[in-house]
Amino acid sequence: MPDTRYLGPAGLEAEAPLFTESNWDFGSLRRVYEVIERIAIDELGLDFYPVQIEVITSEQMLDAYASVGLPLMYRHWSFGKRFAYHETLYRKGLQGLAYEIVINSNPVICYIMEENSMTMQTLVMAHAAVGHNHFFKNNYLFRQWTDADGILDYLSFARDYVTQCEEKYGLEAVERVLDAAHALKDQGVNRYAHRSRPNLAEERRRTEERRAYDEATYNDLWRTVPVADSDKEDSGEAEAQRVDVKHQLGLPEENLLYFIEKRAPRLHDWQRELIRIVRLVSQYFYPQKQLQLMNEGCATFVHYEIMNRLHARGLISEGSMLEFLHSHSSVVFQPGFDDPRFSGINPYALGFEMMSDIQRICTDPKPEDREWFPDIAGCGDPFGVLRHAWANYRDESFILQYLSPAMIRRFKLFHISDDASKPALKVEAIHDDWGYRRIRSALSRQYDLSRREPDIQVVDVDLTGDRCLVLAHYAHDGVLLEDKTCRAVLRYTSSLWGYTVKLLEIDATTDKVLKTYEAEIKE
Amino acid sequence: MNIVDRRPNPKGKSLSNRQRFLARARVEVKSAVQDALRKRKVADVAQGEKVAIPTRGITEPLFHHSRRTGRNDIVVPGNKEFVRGDEIPRPNGGEGRGGSEGSPDGGGDDAFEFTLSKEEFLDLFFEDLELPDLVKKSLKDTTAVDLQRAGYTVTGSPSNLSVPRTMRNSMARRIALRRPKLPEIEALREALEEARARGAVEKELAELVQALERSERRNKIIPYIDPIDVRYRRFDRVPKPNTEAVMFCLMDVSGSMTEAMKDLAKRFFMLLHVFLVRRYRHVDVVFIRHTSTAEEVDEETFFYSRETGGTVVSTALDKMLEIARSRYPTDRWNIYGAQASDGDNYGADSGRCVSLLGGEVLPLCQYFAYVEVGDGMGGGLSGLSRDSDLWRAYSEVAPAHAHFAMRRVGDPAQIFSVFHELFAKGGVRA
Repeated sequence: MPDTRYLGPAGLEAEAPLFTESNWDFGSLRRVYEVIERIAIDELGLDFYPVQIEVITSEQMLDAYASVGLPLMYRHWSFGKRFAYHETLYRKGLQGLAYEIVINSNPVICYIMEENSMTMQTLVMAHAAVGHNHFFKNNYLFRQWTDADGILDYLSFARDYVTQCEEKYGLEAVERVLDAAHALKDQGVNRYAHRSRPNLAEERRRTEERRAYDEATYNDLWRTVPVADSDKEDSGEAEAQRVDVKHQLGLPEENLLYFIEKRAPRLHDWQRELIRIVRLVSQYFYPQKQLQLMNEGCATFVHYEIMNRLHARGLISEGSMLEFLHSHSSVVFQPGFDDPRFSGINPYALGFEMMSDIQRICTDPKPEDREWFPDIAGCGDPFGVLRHAWANYRDESFILQYLSPAMIRRFKLFHISDDASKPALKVEAIHDDWGYRRIRSALSRQYDLSRREPDIQVVDVDLTGDRCLVLAHYAHDGVLLEDKTCRAVLRYTSSLWGYTVKLLEIDATTDKVLKTYEAEIKE
Repeated sequence: MNIVDRRPNPKGKSLSNRQRFLARARVEVKSAVQDALRKRKVADVAQGEKVAIPTRGITEPLFHHSRRTGRNDIVVPGNKEFVRGDEIPRPNGGEGRGGSEGSPDGGGDDAFEFTLSKEEFLDLFFEDLELPDLVKKSLKDTTAVDLQRAGYTVTGSPSNLSVPRTMRNSMARRIALRRPKLPEIEALREALEEARARGAVEKELAELVQALERSERRNKIIPYIDPIDVRYRRFDRVPKPNTEAVMFCLMDVSGSMTEAMKDLAKRFFMLLHVFLVRRYRHVDVVFIRHTSTAEEVDEETFFYSRETGGTVVSTALDKMLEIARSRYPTDRWNIYGAQASDGDNYGADSGRCVSLLGGEVLPLCQYFAYVEVGDGMGGGLSGLSRDSDLWRAYSEVAPAHAHFAMRRVGDPAQIFSVFHELFAKGGVRA
């Protein structure tokens, strides 16, 4: 493709930098964005929502932090706490503010800070307005779970509704419900899309089909088969009834907030609606939790690619490029486990490096890569492969599929097992032939949300008796719940449910009950 | 693409969240504020404060896996020396195991640190304090009154005449009594003229004349504006709370007052000042220092210059009375007095102090506090162990006057608690 194609209508055929000053202005923001957009669409083949860029101050950025990155939010003290926390860190200089926040809505809203230099604004636009944006629009989890068109409207409804409730029922009553619902927010998401409910026409068609089948397979002999004894049936019937009730209640149910919202016997309508608001906001964030690595990796990879292309064409100056590289390298820095700065695996670093690695495998594979990734090695279309990965994987499956031995060596990853019953940790695998696959699958499990978050379900409820709600935590590898927080959460749960709540810790493999918690309602 | 400049948007979007948070953590924040105060310099009294509060009241619990049970697999980067099968001693605490998750199990007593603004800080600090007798004083002084609109009245001075209301009443009355309007009379007159001109029959003319006369008569009888229509704006006299206060700081600067004692006194005065500033729109401060004579000085001189000489406390009280009478009439000013001294006084003067204080100063004041400062050693021979001359003298006055308080302060740490005691709501008075 001829290089001058992207240079826009402004007549920038010569390789003149798009900007020379470090201060930004609206004109250059627009000019730079147009060039970036062209590169992204024409060269990288990205597809994204329209963008709205909003310039904000550092204080507004702190506001946005406090409301978990959303532009509007209902009022709750925990957001005030978050604000106070971030503000203190920021004022102390312990924490810089993010250069941007991007919101998955349609159009995508991208906040940029006024303090950023023009180079940083360019980086931010390439990173958020294009990189994140493409990921939001294309990844299957976002497509399935996030209603980008409706989220802002819903939040504005939620905020007004909470305010109305506060006026009507008092701050304290609303706070009690929200506190309790917040404690269960991780258990307030649907992990699988619900079966769509059949409509009446569908129902009729199925009934007729069934009758037709019965008629077609009718055999008079069945009438002569003796029926089971009546008193024997009684106990069976009680059991069957129980199962039936459970079935009607949709048990077991892993979405605790949903179950409470629909079934809690003592809640008022407005309380149910508040729970629903917390639940839906939590659901909105559910995909993000599983896509952090890929989302940041995608955005970082895209901005790196775009900045390099801008630089290659002389559209940004050497000085800007250095400024960018400085910032980029600190973003993708990964300290080792024994470094005081270590705080887990940096999703920017691992995501970016893995995607660069995929690019390398596609264009310049080694024999090892041909063996590990026969389908993509040397295919020559790195962006096609990456677009496919961005659209169809989440963190866990992405690592399982694409973590190459080269990456494991590069990060010097090693796998340790921490068995509470043993006095020492054990190194299970390191970056050698024997360990590659083991490390890969162990790392992938580490990103598996269903393993990272406790598996807690509503298993039983005694609606006719004492109305006790029974939850179960299925413990894998003997990992139990943290005692103190568990009790606190159960207290909240029982305040919502209105009656006693029990939690059983059940070993997932043997079904043995390991521990029992009980929270009674205090009248 | 669309660029929106959000910078001019209103600030403080999370202000209400912050207030909710502070309300939630009230108990913890308050005790943290008290702690912080103890370590504080007077000069920073009115600054914001960084407080660290325990997270107890403000935790947001979630279900967590416990890191101390079962088998966990961890993959971390940066292997330098390990090979398969190596054993690593278990690190203490949460260190070295996915640190960003912090300590999910140690959530208990971590301190949560954040900064209070100056306003929030002072609100909390002065929360349960009040100025004694503030309300009583305001109501007692009927000389300072405000006028407040309170409907309408039928009497009043012409300057308060309410024209719209008067005209409304007048119109209602005119309509009710069917006072003929001018155009109607005019029309009758014209009809009469016209009838005359065309030479109408006598009977018709007579009727028209009669109608015209009746109208004109009604017009005269029923006035356009009657005294019963008139309304005046009414004003109520509302006693106006005094919003101006003057604070007299009296200090002994004779040789016996050490720097440490002066520092204590200063702290007390500063606190009182901050407190008054929050309660009154306008606060004047008068500094009076005395040795064997008293003089009014500026703040700098008051606190930092040295004097030598004897101690005659009554001179300071004289001076205060003189200034108060000449510059701060009680109908406009709330007068507060605070006196700091080490308790020494010229022997024969104490009697005069008592009579001055009880007879003249206290009736003038809203509140008068006497703070006796010691050198902080508190040992057997220091002034605090036995009553000083002044303390004994003032003790005679105290029981008769509820708005007089006396306290002793030995070291800076006590300042805040003494201050709190003095102004506690419904609190004890010495």
